[in-house]
Amino acid sequence: MVPLSWYLVLAALLFSIGIYGVLARANAIGILMALELMLNAVILNLVAFWRYRGPTQVSGQMFAIIVFAVAAAEAAVGLALIISIYRRRGTVVAEEVSLLKW
Amino acid sequence: MSAQQIVFLVTAGVTVISAALVVTVRNLIHAGLWLVMTLAAVAAIYVQLEADFLAVVQVILYIGAIAILIIFSVMLTRRVMADTGPQRIPQWPLAAVVALVVFGGLAYLLVQVPWPLAPDVDVSDTVLALGEAFVDPDRFVIPFEVATILLLVALVGSISLALPERESD
Repeated sequence: MVPLSWYLVLAALLFSIGIYGVLARANAIGILMALELMLNAVILNLVAFWRYRGPTQVSGQMFAIIVFAVAAAEAAVGLALIISIYRRRGTVVAEEVSLLKW
Repeated sequence: MSAQQIVFLVTAGVTVISAALVVTVRNLIHAGLWLVMTLAAVAAIYVQLEADFLAVVQVILYIGAIAILIIFSVMLTRRVMADTGPQRIPQWPLAAVVALVVFGGLAYLLVQVPWPLAPDVDVSDTVLALGEAFVDPDRFVIPFEVATILLLVALVGSISLALPERESD
């Protein structure tokens, strides 16, 4: 059987790639894509822990399903915000939307 | 090395390579398509973890809804996508350093901890247990209802955000 640590290292790698994308992407939609990678890494961790530490209980999978629902809500609201910003300011570059920056 | 481990390494390799392409390719449409590839590979890993319901949800919800929504948004903001400007900020090496440090810390911590493992059991019938737990008042009916309200609020909120401004405003 595959050791638990392999899944954890894969999830950590996916999460770090997501962090790089969130920090380095100029386009706000690119940032959202990287955010989805990070959420996927977290869900992967939850499922791996469910399988190896509590396969007889459903709580691990339940937690993952709730994270799925939150991810769907996050994607919908985030993309609506980006579309709205694009309509008002004609840009989706995160650097150019800095009105609230001190 | 067993067959299971080889299959895991292949799917993990596909996941990591396509995820790296998601955050590095210039064309955002291509990045969206690589995101679909990454999500499909993660679904394959859920299958290997015997979380069959989650694998199906991953395909339907992530690939079928979220990734398509993202690709639609890229197309709706097309003028910017076709821009020849830089797709990453000038400080990207710093971002790479942060990501490497986070990966090093996480991997070191997660591998080092001796996780107590449960005895291996057969988990073939998770869908029935999940369905029962969702509607059981003593277990997960409240989180389930909260999730539905969250989705409804997100639905109404994203519609009102994305609506064009009215003349009278």
